[in-house]
Amino acid sequence: MTMTDPRPLIEARGLSKTFVVGKTIRPGSGRKLRAVEDVDLLVQRGETLGLVGESGSGKSTLGRCLTRLYDITAGELRFDGVDIAKAGSRALLPVRRRVQMIFQDPSASLNPRRRVRDILGEVLAVHRIRPRAEIGDRLGELMDLVGLRREYLDRYPHEFSGGQRQRIGIARALAVEPDLIVADEPVSALDVSVQAQVVNLFADLRERLGLTYVFIAHDLAVVRQVSTRVAVMYLGSIVEVGDTDAVYAAPMHPYTKALISAIPRPRAAGEPRRRILLEGEIPSPLDPPRGCKFSTRCPVAVDRCRAERPVLRPMPDGRSVACHLAPEATRAMG
Amino acid sequence: MTDGANAAPPAASSAPPRPGQLREFWHYFSENPGAVAGLLVFALLVIVALAAPLVAPHAPDAQFRDALLTPPLWQEGGDPRFLLGTDAIGRDMLSRLIHGARYSLFIGFVVVTIALVVGVALGLVAGFFGGWLDTVIMRVMDVILAFPSLLLALVLVAILGPGLFNAMLAITVVLQPHYVRLTRAAVIGERSRDYVTSARVAGAGRLRLMFVTILPNCMAPLIVQAALSFSNAILEAAALGFLGMGAQPPTPEWGTMLAESREFILRAWWVVTFPGLAILVTVLAINLMGDGLRDALDPKLKRS
Repeated sequence: MTMTDPRPLIEARGLSKTFVVGKTIRPGSGRKLRAVEDVDLLVQRGETLGLVGESGSGKSTLGRCLTRLYDITAGELRFDGVDIAKAGSRALLPVRRRVQMIFQDPSASLNPRRRVRDILGEVLAVHRIRPRAEIGDRLGELMDLVGLRREYLDRYPHEFSGGQRQRIGIARALAVEPDLIVADEPVSALDVSVQAQVVNLFADLRERLGLTYVFIAHDLAVVRQVSTRVAVMYLGSIVEVGDTDAVYAAPMHPYTKALISAIPRPRAAGEPRRRILLEGEIPSPLDPPRGCKFSTRCPVAVDRCRAERPVLRPMPDGRSVACHLAPEATRAMG
Repeated sequence: MTDGANAAPPAASSAPPRPGQLREFWHYFSENPGAVAGLLVFALLVIVALAAPLVAPHAPDAQFRDALLTPPLWQEGGDPRFLLGTDAIGRDMLSRLIHGARYSLFIGFVVVTIALVVGVALGLVAGFFGGWLDTVIMRVMDVILAFPSLLLALVLVAILGPGLFNAMLAITVVLQPHYVRLTRAAVIGERSRDYVTSARVAGAGRLRLMFVTILPNCMAPLIVQAALSFSNAILEAAALGFLGMGAQPPTPEWGTMLAESREFILRAWWVVTFPGLAILVTVLAINLMGDGLRDALDPKLKRS
C-alpha cells in the first residue's frame, strides 16, 4: 500500500456471526444460524457504503458486528488498522468514541425517561471529552448541527415528531465527533417527505464533518441517493459490491439485477424495463442451500451453482461479484 | 427547522410517567374514588403515627389500676378519660392504637424498602446478565415462593428467635421473590430495546446501563408492587405478632394487642375489635391506593 492510498477506515476479512438458537442446558444442543457468513468488506475514509438486501439478509447483523455490538464468531475486523474482532469492552472504549450508530426507530432508540439534554450529555459524560462547563455549549452546537432549536434540549423524546426524533438520534451519534457512523435503516420509519430531509441532512453532515457512513437500508432509491458504493447482501453474504452508479446502471449478479429491476420508474423515463420476478422465499439461514445461496431462486443457475459456492471475484470495472457466471452469462439476463 | 411544522402531539406512550406526565397521572388516579379515599386514610395514618406522642391522650404503657377493662365512652360505664376504653391492665386503648400505627407503618416501610432494594438488585442482575446467574437466582426465588408465606415467615422467626426485628426480616425474605420476578421481567423487556443498544454504542458501562438506562423504565410495576406489599407486610407482621412470634408485649403492636386480649373476647369486645379494625382499615386503605396506582400507571387499563 502506498502513501497516497490510505488504509481503509474499517476492514473486515472473513467476518462471520453465528447465533445459536433453541439452545437448552444440554451441551451441544441448539442449531446454528449463520446470520453473516464470511464477509469481506472495506470502507474507505469519507465514502458512504450502502448496504442493501431484503429482510433477513443479515445487513443489520453485519452493521452491529462492525460496531462490535455483537461479538464476532470468526474472522478479522480492523478499525483504522487496529484489530478489534476480539477486543473486550475496555479495549473497545476508544473505538466507541469513533464509531457511532443511528437506529431505525427513533422513538425506540431514545430513552423515554430522559430529556434530550441528558440523552446527548450521556455520551459526552461517558467519554469525558469535554470539561463539564463546556458541555452545555456543545449540546447547543449539536442541536444547531442537526437543525433543531436549542430550547428543545429540555424536552422529552415523546414531545417530538418522528423526523425530529431522528435528528436527535443523529445529534447523539455526532456528539463524540465520530469518524464512522453506522446508520441502520435510519429513514425507513419516517414519512417520505421527512425521509428526504433526513437524507439531505446526512449528505450535508458528511460534507461538513468529513464523516464516513455505512448506510443500511432496504430502500434502493434512498441508497442510490446517499451512497458512493453499494454492497448487496443475500442470506448473510455479500453478492455484489461496487460503485453505486455502476451497480445501478448495470448490475451483474442475478440477485442485484432482480432487485434493481424492482425499482419503480416513471413511464416517461424510457422503455419499461422487464421486471425480473423471483420465485419463492429467501431460504432459512438455519438451512442454507449448498453451493451458491441464491441458486434456489436464480433464473440462470447451472449445475455448478448448486454444487460450489462462489466467492467475490473482482470484475474488470473494479466491482466484485460473487457469481460463477458473471459477467458473461448474466449479461444476457436483461 | 424544516420539519418543525409537523411536530406531532405527544404520542400515546407505554412508558411510566415522566415528570411532565405527573398531571396526567393524577388525572387517572383521582378518577378512582376508592383510591383517593385510600390515599386520604393513609395520609391520616401517617400523620397520626408521626405525631403519636402529641395526639395520644396517654402514654401507651401507662396503667390505670382504677379502670381495668373500661368500656368505650359511649357504652354504659364508659370513662371520659378513655375514649375507646381500656384493656385488662388499665391501659388506654386509643393511645395504644395510635402508637401501634407507628409500628405498623414502620414495619411496612422497612420491609418494603429492603425487599425493593434487594429485589431490584437481584432482578436487574438476573435479567441483565441472564445465563446461569439468572437460573440460580430465579430457582432460589421459586423455592421461596413454593412455601406458604406465613409458614415460611414462622419458620424463619422460629430459627432467628421471636422479636419485631426478626419478624421484619422474615417478612422481607417472604416478599422478596415478587420484586425479583417483576424486576427481571421488566429488565428483559427493556434490555433489547434500541435505546439500550444506543447507550452501549455510546460506550456506557454495565453499571450505567443497568441503573441509569434500564432501571428508571422498569419502575411502574415496582411502585405498584411496593404499595400493595406494604399492606401485606403489615398484615403478616400482625399475624406473627398474634402468634407470639413478632413484637413482644408490652409493645403496642396491633397483632400483639390482639393476642393479649384474646381471652377477653366475650367479656370486653372492644379490646379485640379495635386493633382488628385498625389493621383492617389500614390494609384496606393501602390496597385501594395501590389499585388506583396500578390503574393510573398501567397504560393498558387507560381509557382515553
